[in-house]
Amino acid sequence: MATLKELSKRDELLSGGHRLCAGCGIPPIVRLVLRSANGPVVATAATGCLEVGTTIYPYTAWRIPWIHSAFENAAATISGVESAYRAFKKKGRIPEGREIKFVAFGGDGGTYDIGIQALSGALERGHNFLYVCYDNGAYMNTGIQRSSATPYGANTTTSPAGEVIPGKQEWRKDLTRIVIAHNVPYAAQASPSNWADLSKKAEKAMGAKGPTFLNVMSACPLGWYTKSEESIKLAKLSVDTCYWPLYEVEDGVLKVTYKPKEKKPLEEWLKPQGRFKHLFKPENRHILDKFQARVDLEWQRLLDLDGKRV
Amino acid sequence: MAITMTKGQTGLTGNAAIAIAMKQIDPDVCAAYPITPSTAVIEDFSSFVADGKVTTELITVESEHSAMSACIGASAAGARVMTATSSQGLALMWEMLYIASGMRLPIILTNVNRALSAPINIHCDHSDSMGARDAGWIQLYSETVQEAYDNLIQAVRIAEDKNVLLPAMVCFDGFITSHAIENITLLEDEEVKKFVGEYRADRYLLDTDRPSTYGAMSLPDVYIEFKHQQSQAMAGAKDVVVEIGKEFGRKFGRTYGLFDSYRLEDAETAIVILNSAAGTTKVAVDELRKQGKKVGALRPRLFRPFPFKEIAGELSHVKAVAVLDRVDSMSGFGGPLFNEVRSALYDNEKRPRVFSRIYGLGGRDYKVKDALGVFGELEKVVETGKVETLQKYITL
Repeated sequence: MATLKELSKRDELLSGGHRLCAGCGIPPIVRLVLRSANGPVVATAATGCLEVGTTIYPYTAWRIPWIHSAFENAAATISGVESAYRAFKKKGRIPEGREIKFVAFGGDGGTYDIGIQALSGALERGHNFLYVCYDNGAYMNTGIQRSSATPYGANTTTSPAGEVIPGKQEWRKDLTRIVIAHNVPYAAQASPSNWADLSKKAEKAMGAKGPTFLNVMSACPLGWYTKSEESIKLAKLSVDTCYWPLYEVEDGVLKVTYKPKEKKPLEEWLKPQGRFKHLFKPENRHILDKFQARVDLEWQRLLDLDGKRV
Repeated sequence: MAITMTKGQTGLTGNAAIAIAMKQIDPDVCAAYPITPSTAVIEDFSSFVADGKVTTELITVESEHSAMSACIGASAAGARVMTATSSQGLALMWEMLYIASGMRLPIILTNVNRALSAPINIHCDHSDSMGARDAGWIQLYSETVQEAYDNLIQAVRIAEDKNVLLPAMVCFDGFITSHAIENITLLEDEEVKKFVGEYRADRYLLDTDRPSTYGAMSLPDVYIEFKHQQSQAMAGAKDVVVEIGKEFGRKFGRTYGLFDSYRLEDAETAIVILNSAAGTTKVAVDELRKQGKKVGALRPRLFRPFPFKEIAGELSHVKAVAVLDRVDSMSGFGGPLFNEVRSALYDNEKRPRVFSRIYGLGGRDYKVKDALGVFGELEKVVETGKVETLQKYITL
């Protein structure tokens, strides 16, 4: 696996000067994944912050071939690109020895929700590509509406903390498990706070033959009501509280890739985020307890599966 | 009536003929999802893939939305790309149709015309492709199996022309043309291969030495310029359609133009109608001509771009025109073909009387007697100089 020194020597494939917010979790994820490719790569992105922030015509931050077509179809779009590559290879239209990697990026809205059908189809068909979901837990590009990845209890513009209903009432969808059920060669959860783990997973995913998937925690200062400079710290807290466990499933075997020495209370991650502010009112104590119990249960479930074939 | 076949002809359904055309074109990528009545196109083509008769990468997607999305990805990657669909399938592609044309990707789509739900119905009408008429795709309509086959081969050249670079849709009637066996003359594989040539995009995603960004966000400072260029390319496609139609004629003996005129030279009344129903209309024309009536028919082949000047010229001497649509645009003001034809005639010094008749929705038969009925109405309009009913359903 590439060392930090090696990674630092590789080309920067997403240039600076793009218009993503200060403190946005997306650019460090994209830059690290693309660096980990270590070779020619073609990418697509679903409609969303990444697409809008990197491409306002006539500017582009992409130093690689890149396409955006719509919101729900990043996986279908990359299926077409990758199929064209296989056709061109057969016909000798790709220079000898050139191996191109294909990556699709989507937010949680474009992946968990509107894009899940296209994603499932592409995984089942076995295209050779990596899908990276940057999960910031809501439709941030359109102004913080709830998605099926939004954490329990969170205040969003479509699950507001109201006088009767205190924020989102549903537990988030476990997309990584859904992807694993497709029996893909590699799927993992990662976080930019644990950059070496993320880079290693990206490298493994792009080295595998077939469809692979990374679900990556991505902080959003705008939607989380947090400080720009604390994004990586917050991503780290999501991992250390075990809200966002880091694990992988490689050829069917599950491995927890990071076990915090001391599992922190969930409240340490929730407290700095404005979207959970209402949960700290005394009358909402039961919501915090319920949330903590669920995180504990999910973490234990993972520990039980660690090292096992799933 | 006995079926007669001349030498070199073979009997094929529309779907089988389209699949053969696709085999001969041998596109780089085909992404498709099955839907009645176009399913057999992709079934036949899948056999060609399985038997190694083509080099195509076939993507059996999970929906038509993904079919068009994969076509877009593959086309932007530099591939020659084809698909086929009908009805709800085209409707599900709708979002992506605009993106294909807006990105100037010369994707080729066969649309086997079928009614849109609700009520659900698998039979022919034109509500699917007419619903997509403003999506920025070139639309060619086909009367027969032969024409559907010839149109598909020509569509590749039209779409990929450097001055066009727009996706193209070849339409023909579900079941009537897709499932009925007609006599057809196939071209040799080599002839098709030579005619369509190879597709080489100027820029494409797989050219990793020259990275390009596709699908960038465009704000009010440039969006309208992109659309203006697209509009100009569409308008210019008309001449390319004519050129390619002539070249096809020179090479293979069947010349195609913007429309097909039938006994219009001295006609006083005419029916304008698309696809297979034109054949039925021509039988009615022949019957009335035997009675000495000056009647004719006009069947547009190219609907997008709409050849408004040429059609206005062709109908300039006619006194009354009935435009028959196999779709209702639910505007209360006639079908889409009616609106285009009537609008095209507006600038004529002497304008014929024009009315709209909606026929054959959801596969209802359109018979010679229906055409005769419309010609009867037209005759009355010529006599009185008045159109009593501007829009009406027939074949009820």
